[in-house]
Amino acid sequence: MAYFSQQLINAVTLGAIYGLIAIGYTMVYGIIGMINFAHGEVFMIGAFISLIGFMICSTLGIGSAPVAIILVLFMSMVFTAVYGWSIERLAYRPLRGSFKLAPLISAIGVSIVLQNYVQLAQGARFKPGGRIVEGGFNLFTADGFDVRVSWLQIVIVIVTVVLMAGFSLMIARTPLGRKQRACEQDMKMASLLGVDVDRTISLTFVMGAALAAVAGMLFLMYYGIIDFFIGFLAGIKAFTAAVLGGIGSLPGAMLGGLLIGVIEVFWAGYFSSEYKDVAAFSILILVLIFRPSGLLGKPEIEKV
Amino acid sequence: MGPRLPSMLKDAGLTAFVAAALGIFIVGFRTYDVSGKGLTFDYQFTDLAIAVATIFVGRLGLLLAAEGLRWPALVLGAVLGGIGAGPLALPSDFLHWFMALGGLLIIGRALWPWARQRMSTAQHSRRGLLLGRAGAKWFGWILIAGAVALPFAPFADQKTMDLSVLILTYIMLGWGLNIVVGLAGLLDLGYVAFYAVGAYTYALLSTELGLGFWIILPLAGMMAASFGILLGFPVLRLRGDYLAIVTLGFGEIIRLVLINWVDLTHGPDGIRSIPGPTLFGAVFAETAPAGHQTFSEMMGLPFSANQRLIFLYYIILVLALATNLFTQRLRRLPVGRAWEALREDETACRALGINPTSTKLTAFAIGAMFAGIAGSFFAAKQRFISPESFVFIESAIILAIVVLGGMGSQIGVVLASVLLIGLPEWFRELGSYRMLAFGLAMVLIMVFRPRGLISHREPSLRLHPVRPGGDG
Amino acid sequence: MSDAPPPNVPPLIQVEHLTMRFGGLVAVDDVSFTARPREITAIIGPNGAGKTTVFNCITGFYKPTVGRLTLRTDREYLLERMLGHEIGQQAKVARTFQNVRLFPAMTVLENLIVAQHNKLMRASGMSVVGLFGIKSYRDAEAAAVEIARDWLDRIGLVADADRPAGQLPYGAQRRLEIARAMCTDPRLLCLDEPAAGLNPRESGELNNLLVSIRERDGVGLLLIEHDMSVVMKISDHVVVLDYGRKIAEGAPASVQRDPAVIRAYLGTDDGEEAHA
Repeated sequence: MAYFSQQLINAVTLGAIYGLIAIGYTMVYGIIGMINFAHGEVFMIGAFISLIGFMICSTLGIGSAPVAIILVLFMSMVFTAVYGWSIERLAYRPLRGSFKLAPLISAIGVSIVLQNYVQLAQGARFKPGGRIVEGGFNLFTADGFDVRVSWLQIVIVIVTVVLMAGFSLMIARTPLGRKQRACEQDMKMASLLGVDVDRTISLTFVMGAALAAVAGMLFLMYYGIIDFFIGFLAGIKAFTAAVLGGIGSLPGAMLGGLLIGVIEVFWAGYFSSEYKDVAAFSILILVLIFRPSGLLGKPEIEKV
Repeated sequence: MGPRLPSMLKDAGLTAFVAAALGIFIVGFRTYDVSGKGLTFDYQFTDLAIAVATIFVGRLGLLLAAEGLRWPALVLGAVLGGIGAGPLALPSDFLHWFMALGGLLIIGRALWPWARQRMSTAQHSRRGLLLGRAGAKWFGWILIAGAVALPFAPFADQKTMDLSVLILTYIMLGWGLNIVVGLAGLLDLGYVAFYAVGAYTYALLSTELGLGFWIILPLAGMMAASFGILLGFPVLRLRGDYLAIVTLGFGEIIRLVLINWVDLTHGPDGIRSIPGPTLFGAVFAETAPAGHQTFSEMMGLPFSANQRLIFLYYIILVLALATNLFTQRLRRLPVGRAWEALREDETACRALGINPTSTKLTAFAIGAMFAGIAGSFFAAKQRFISPESFVFIESAIILAIVVLGGMGSQIGVVLASVLLIGLPEWFRELGSYRMLAFGLAMVLIMVFRPRGLISHREPSLRLHPVRPGGDG
Repeated sequence: MSDAPPPNVPPLIQVEHLTMRFGGLVAVDDVSFTARPREITAIIGPNGAGKTTVFNCITGFYKPTVGRLTLRTDREYLLERMLGHEIGQQAKVARTFQNVRLFPAMTVLENLIVAQHNKLMRASGMSVVGLFGIKSYRDAEAAAVEIARDWLDRIGLVADADRPAGQLPYGAQRRLEIARAMCTDPRLLCLDEPAAGLNPRESGELNNLLVSIRERDGVGLLLIEHDMSVVMKISDHVVVLDYGRKIAEGAPASVQRDPAVIRAYLGTDDGEEAHA
């Protein structure tokens, strides 16, 4: 029971990070129906900007962890968002109206470019850093096993919940959210009604990238080590989360993220850690085969 | 150019600003390890500033060229290229390349309208048309003749032959994937998994059971095809982009299984001392194992390490050409036309009574089969394989070859393989930027030439024979 | 119902209690009608009346929520139990689409050859024999090309045979799509608004083509159409749908006078259809 609780706490933490990345996939898919394959790389860039941000903070002598976190969070969100914006502008926007698979192929290209760009600029080695929140407390002890919650896990969950709530409100209540939903329904009609479709799509990418940046920062703080390749696996797992939850659905992305976190942590904890990624990939395949609309998504009706 | 100039400057300024924002952290600070002290960083703002300035000038040059102001654009391009290629020492090699290529890009863009006009007049002259048609007809044969003669060319040293074998392997893989992606329109991101299945089939059967290369080759093909059917059956009714992701997942699962199933595959250590291919039982080595003879003994030639390489070269040449022949034949059969029809419109296919699943399955299985055969060759050539050779990026490279070549075009695959595999190997300096160039090429092709280098499609059959010299 | 004594001519297709729901939306509600062989049956009705949904059920793109679709040719086919492509392959029902769906990068001739896929597939021994260029396959292909040439002749596209289908003008694409459907050698041909977007001359040519398909090829036609001039001129039987329900059925002239039909077309909330 104690072991189970500990695994559950770890799973929720990991799931929160996956959920944040998954939102980017889900929003972009919802609005233009493409899998933004480069999104995992955007997350990786966010993690790198956060790493450098934390290092700058310590060079500047900012010792207080909350101040550093808020500063870096802000910086990373803004500068990673520029990546999201640029990618859409350069690699996806010119392809609207091209053949069906063109954006996906272009996205794979972007993903390769970003990986190698960071590898060239920052080197291929693992980068330790971001361990600025230490410690925690014992939740309870049972069967001689301490169930611990670290402060970091609490930070991760709080940041995720606050951002999730904020974004859900934004989509539901603001004009931007309304425009996004309009574009999702019918892009042509929305543009006839005066919605600036290009701008709305750009903003969707910006928002997705900003959330991925947060995930990148939390990932860095949680694992304390990153390299240029982290975006690939994390991206695929987050995409699995988005599909599992029902692609296009924001709560679905979060739910899917949690489930993937749970599956990964429990698989590693109870079966074998070697095959934990196999479990994630298998789930992806099974969900796509048996329930492509996911848990909270709406089934698609084929228009003929 | 008067009134347009301010807006162009503004545009270039904004572009430079965005570039600066993109680069400030990732390029501006370079993190590195100091032993004992942990991670630290250097400032690289000079590099960043030069790169941003280059982008400013580059964008301005492109805008000028787009406006038809050829001379100012050419001057800017020449200045940029001159600095990049010139003797002036910049902080890094990358910046030299960046500026030089930037200059080249502007010059190319400025001359493009003129070059295109020249080309189209040349193409539409009667002579050009005849040449073009004869070229298209004979080009393939000339290439094949050249490929057959290559080992005897004076410049065919070991390095050239090694590279040729590598390029031909990618050509074969490209042709195999072309069936799946180019003809049937199924985006397969896990193609390398079938390559791995073939390679491990050969490695295991030859080291464990002692079977020979020529027996295993078809077995490996069949094995890979069965994997293709096994995967394809449940997933081929998925929509295009979902299919892509599922195949990617499958590719990764195969790789992870290869790493973790240590009893069978020796895990990350891989499989060593895989026997090479034999010719009528003769081995290519200095001394033969008991019961065999070496090729040089059989032929009465002095032993040379090149013999093995030339032998490998001819094997892969024959395998690749067989792949091509097979594909060309299939394209003219109902199943091949159904593949292309599926790529064009699956809904219409269903309305015509074509079974989409079984049609896709044949494409998937045949594509997988060729990958398996190529994998088998790869294992026999390398004599050592490990899961590291079968990562996602390999699938992406093969896909890039197909996409760059022009989906469905067989000759395009050849051109793209030479460009994407050959060029980076010849120009060593580009080596570390190879993957960057790959990714960039994929994006640029999709944006500017989504149909690839060779976009011409030859009909699988004609009602009217082609009139020589006409425009039919 | 199916045990009821047959009318003087047995119907080609019998649609009984067809209902199609999408979530809460009832697109087609308990529609029954029949179409007879060698006749043109038109399904008309205002936009959103459920005409295309009926088509999609017949041709296997949707699985009906309720209802039975019986096709009687050489034997009885229960279409609602068949998979999408089996309806074209076995029951020999062919269709066209509201927005033309050709294979644009393939040539006009190839479009017509692809339509003869199942026949040629058998002739090529599921590709295995065909791979060796055996004579019986070459003959089968030549025969298929002759069928295609006949159709190109009938739709006036012989000269364009080797052009990519996507390059044809719109009217020619529409005709080609019909020819392609006919190349599958169907018993029932379903046309979804074949006259949409055609000019009066093309529309007249289309009428002739459809009549010749009925007379010369003996194929039954099911036709969704907005253009009343087409409907009144060539159809033998008319079914009128409104809001997913059948409101009238009969000969063109009698349907035209039916008060329910006039109400549906001239009624208050479908004003834009009044001109039809």
